[in-house]
Amino acid sequence: MTVPVLELDHVDAAYGPFRALFDVSLRVDPGEAVALVGANGAGKSTIARVASGLLPPTSGSVLVDGADLSGQAPFRYARAGIAHAPEGRSTFASLTVTENLELAFRSARPKRDVAADLTEAFTLFPKLGERREQLAGTLSGGEQRMLALARVLVLRPRLLVADELSLGLAPIVTADVYRVLGRVRDAGTALLVVEQHLDHALALADRVVVLQQGEVTFDGPPEQLGDLSTTVLLPAGSPSRADPTDAAATDAAATDGGAT
Amino acid sequence: MQLLEYAIRGIPTGCVFALLAVGLVLTYKTSGVFNLAYAGQAYVSAIVYYELRKELEWPLVAAGVVSILVVAPLIGLLLERVLFRYLRSAGSMAKLVTSLGLLIAIPEIAKLVFGSETRKNPPPLWWVRRTDEWLWPEGATFVLDAGQVATIVSTLVVVVGLVILFRSTNLGLRMRAVVESPRLAELSGVDSERVSMAAWMLSSVLAGLAGVLIAPLFASLNPFDLFTLLVAALAATVFGGLSSIPLTFVGGILLGVLQAVLAGTLPTDSVLTNGLRPSLPFVVLFLLLLFRPGLRSTRELVDPLATVDAPPPPPVVRARPQWVATSARVFGVVVSLVALLVSWFALDQYWLGLAISGLVLSVTMMSLIVVVGMGGMLSLCQAALAAIGAFALAQVVEASGAPVVVGLVVGILVAAAVGALLAVPVVRLDGVYLALATLAFALMFQSIFVPLSWVSGGAVPISVPRPVIGPLDLSDDRYFLVFVVVCVIATALVVIRLREGTTGRFLQALQTSDVAAASIGIDGPRARVVAFTIAAGIAGFGGGLAAIDLGQASYEASFPYIIGLVWVALLVSAGARSIQAAVLSGLFFFLFPALLDKLFAFPGNWVETNPDAPSWVASIADTIQPTWAQSVAFILFGIGAITYAKHPEGSIEAQTTASVNALVRRVEARNAAREPARVGGPGTGGTTP
Amino acid sequence: MSDALLSATGVTKRYAGIVALQGVSLQVHAGEFAAVIGPNGAGKSTLFDCLTGVQRPDRGQVTFDGRPVDSLKPAARARAGMARTFQRIELFGGMTVLDHLIVADRARTRRGGLLADVLTGSHPSSEELDRCATVLELLGLEEWAERPAESLSLGKGRLVELARALVCEPKLLFLDEPSSGLDRHETDEMGHALQRVQREHGIAILLIEHDVPLVQRLAERISVLDYGELIASGPTEEVLSNQKVRVAYLGGST
Ligand SMILES: Nc1ncnc2c1ncn2[C@@H]1O[C@H](COP(=O)(O)OP(=O)(O)OP(=O)(O)O)[C@@H](O)[C@H]1O
Ligand SMILES: Nc1ncnc2c1ncn2[C@@H]1O[C@H](COP(=O)(O)OP(=O)(O)O)[C@@H](O)[C@H]1O
Ligand SMILES: [Mg+2]
Ligand SMILES: [Mg+2]
Repeated sequence: MTVPVLELDHVDAAYGPFRALFDVSLRVDPGEAVALVGANGAGKSTIARVASGLLPPTSGSVLVDGADLSGQAPFRYARAGIAHAPEGRSTFASLTVTENLELAFRSARPKRDVAADLTEAFTLFPKLGERREQLAGTLSGGEQRMLALARVLVLRPRLLVADELSLGLAPIVTADVYRVLGRVRDAGTALLVVEQHLDHALALADRVVVLQQGEVTFDGPPEQLGDLSTTVLLPAGSPSRADPTDAAATDAAATDGGAT
Repeated sequence: MQLLEYAIRGIPTGCVFALLAVGLVLTYKTSGVFNLAYAGQAYVSAIVYYELRKELEWPLVAAGVVSILVVAPLIGLLLERVLFRYLRSAGSMAKLVTSLGLLIAIPEIAKLVFGSETRKNPPPLWWVRRTDEWLWPEGATFVLDAGQVATIVSTLVVVVGLVILFRSTNLGLRMRAVVESPRLAELSGVDSERVSMAAWMLSSVLAGLAGVLIAPLFASLNPFDLFTLLVAALAATVFGGLSSIPLTFVGGILLGVLQAVLAGTLPTDSVLTNGLRPSLPFVVLFLLLLFRPGLRSTRELVDPLATVDAPPPPPVVRARPQWVATSARVFGVVVSLVALLVSWFALDQYWLGLAISGLVLSVTMMSLIVVVGMGGMLSLCQAALAAIGAFALAQVVEASGAPVVVGLVVGILVAAAVGALLAVPVVRLDGVYLALATLAFALMFQSIFVPLSWVSGGAVPISVPRPVIGPLDLSDDRYFLVFVVVCVIATALVVIRLREGTTGRFLQALQTSDVAAASIGIDGPRARVVAFTIAAGIAGFGGGLAAIDLGQASYEASFPYIIGLVWVALLVSAGARSIQAAVLSGLFFFLFPALLDKLFAFPGNWVETNPDAPSWVASIADTIQPTWAQSVAFILFGIGAITYAKHPEGSIEAQTTASVNALVRRVEARNAAREPARVGGPGTGGTTP
Repeated sequence: MSDALLSATGVTKRYAGIVALQGVSLQVHAGEFAAVIGPNGAGKSTLFDCLTGVQRPDRGQVTFDGRPVDSLKPAARARAGMARTFQRIELFGGMTVLDHLIVADRARTRRGGLLADVLTGSHPSSEELDRCATVLELLGLEEWAERPAESLSLGKGRLVELARALVCEPKLLFLDEPSSGLDRHETDEMGHALQRVQREHGIAILLIEHDVPLVQRLAERISVLDYGELIASGPTEEVLSNQKVRVAYLGGST
């Protein structure tokens, strides 16, 4: 039995008083591609955050390559080989495109050839190559996504966690990114991908994990997902839809993309 | 030729400016804090150096190493660990207010720790005081003294070092990244905690170096000299756009040169130019802020990973049930009446006078509610605007013999007009820049206008009589108290109405998003100018009342800009939007030091009246100095501002909100228990986790 | 030409060394549903900024509702009937959903100034609340009225932005990627809401989107930007099958 790159063991997670994950167990084996799908507010981003140490679990443990890292600072996860591209514009607005990338490449362990990495990033996303010295904060929404993805795609980490992978990307770029993801996976990187575009995600994934209201409701190969695929993206099951109080409790804390 | 010589003379001063300014820019770049307390940090190192060199007679190197390379970084580390660590994702305004609090508290803490005696002739960080004709050989018209050489050399070393740090080291890049988002940096494998500690230690070392180098420029060691010098150096930081180290350096040198050239060429016989010379740096700062391109577009950096934090608890239960609103109002009226009656009958002259001054101050505090709390503009010149109101009142009453109440109205109008004139250019700036522009204005006002006789009446303050309204002669403090209470209530009503009305709503919208507000048709600059103007008018009102209260319009007694900074720190930490906070912090400002005074004087007095007390009691009583009162009060004021980090809505506001919410919840729970069939909607469900 | 609600000619915008828009001309007719698509960084959001006044174009004219608006600031253009939402959502902090709408309504009706505030307190009037309630109902937000903006999910937040824009009773709505970050269900909701806004209220819409099926379903006409230039423009199906557009944007398939 292989040691998984990432294992969440009966993890609960919460934002202050709001609980977001309920007893989630999940494993990603080396070189495996896992798609994480579910409606908004289901807890996909929360899992991604737990996986990269941004959010310490309230109970349960997070193992990276068999080592228990629960409660450690995110940079320990990064050094253990987990690269997380958070959802949205996760770039340093006050640094230039090149500086954003250099920061990541220079801080990576073991040492890397930064110049070669930069070249690779700019061949991957030629648009960024045209914008090397521009402040990341002035890039267009999609360009900022590209920058965030370039950082993790070039690193070829042990596990790549990409949240809302194709959000804000033009179709042609999305297709490119999935092509590169395939290559990265073939080179041995495990993938944990959060995605709204089911067709792309299912085509890539070896395994699909469906989240509903903070609980894993399906975990298996994409073929077995079958009819479920039309319903998994509905926010919660119908019973709680009927009860507005319940829906409120779930959404109460959703701040992603809220007022900035 | 003459000019060139003046210019060269300016270079050492320019280096002093540059050294301070570069340190500030470094702190801002690597911690996001526009650190006014930098002067305080510099002061502490300078004291330590003084004590080690002069009192303990340590060798120079040892004293220098300990004060600059040991004590200073430890202070930086301390500040980072206990304070700024928790402020990483706070806005620049919260950070600025915190540094304001530190600026107030640090020198007082230093006084408590090292004693408050004057420290004359601070020792130089150099072996000899002068090296005659060391650099300027034959027929030199002036020489550089060793301290100046040390300053120039250190400044150059620091500037070159910092340029290298940011241009070509990994650490510089990491520091800039960590400021913006510590967590995003961690995702790249950066240990943010360590980087952030390093940043604070480094900037603190620079502060210490500056303090020790600069101290000998003054006859004695004094935190406010250092602070004023720091404010003078701000022009250089703005010249560098708060980011470029080389530009900041150039700005500092230019400022020093400009000052020297003007000093040599301006006529010396006019009051205006005499006032202009010392205030030149503030004028330059103000003009730079208004005209330097590229300052307006600084958008506040938002941590892209801020969404990982749980949202703050809902600020206020918006739709408070009617009964809460009514009972709060009734409660407020009852408390005020009781307080009024107690003051009327039970307070002696001394305490009654203090209470009145406190209430008068609360009017000025309300002007801060409008400009800071509602408008989101951190104005540091409300004290100056209050002074303008007071001066206008005094001048009108003296010149025309008009009734004092008329003078009061004139004061309001003049202050509002000045406020409007100031607001038009200033409101385009945001955050830190606006605070700096208003600070520059306050200093310009203090050094250029206050000495003029058509403004303040000159050296002797103009006296202001207490008005007589109908049968009531307000020179009786008790009638004056009632008059002041009426004024406070009237101001409070206006402020509340504005806050809840369209004006307040527009300003609230503008606070978070200018573009979004514009997209629905709100004219941002106009709304801000209006808010600033109203606030200026209210400040003028408060200033006028203060003059009536004191019997004269005295700048020194009522409105120095430093006192204005304390007011801001106090109000913002109590609750920048709350009327209670304004009234309580006004009262607090006057009553608290007086209470402490009594408290600290008590042991000594007690020992005096009980001569046969045991000797250990007497010795304890001896060590407790009544002079501590002022220090302790200021430290607490400062610490108050620091707690702003925890409760951005203000401690008093937080308290009230929490207790009202708890009350509402309890009552609702009881009601719900009575009628369990009640259907909850998201509106009610959302506020309770 | 003259019957167009919005008409932009030769809009050009440069940033240091970068041409974000190059001579873009575009028209939107009253009541129409038009879309702008294009690769990332093509200049779509910049175009919106230039049309709504957030950015000053270097060259080019914009006329709206029959008069030139080039010298108007964003707030004035908003009052003239342009409303918009943002690619990166921009809600007001510390305000409930209803507050958002009341502010927008006040900004339109100009009710309450300084004096009115001080004398009357300018509490929300019943007509105001009615108008806001209508919009809330249109977008299915009635139950969320008292919720603070910070507590909303991205999907609801985007609906609130839309509601805020609608309260301004615009003639033309600019929507910058309204479905980005929404899940499939929320996207459907958003699509329906937009259709109702356009059909039932006759408000013209100009939409930026990367969700091609959504654009296909909603838009009558599409303009395509690439590297700041308009490379195609016309009826939806026609443009989507255009070879140039496929190469630049869709990527061969579809
Ligand atoms: N302030 C600026 N300085 C320099 N370049 C800028 C600035 N703002 C935008 N740009 C550039 O202008 C181009 C157009 O940006 P815009 O935001 O309009 O793109 P977009 O079409 O909306 O893309 P997306 O689909 O990714 O949102 C981008 O390449 C961007 O990098
Ligand atoms: N910063 C936060 N504070 C409070 N609650 C949050 C925060 N972020 C997410 N949540 C809540 O946690 C749950 C899961 O959210 P998230 O993981 O972002 O979902 P997804 O990524 O699947 O859309 C939701 O109910 C959401 O409201
Ligand atoms: Mg998410
Ligand atoms: Mg865009």
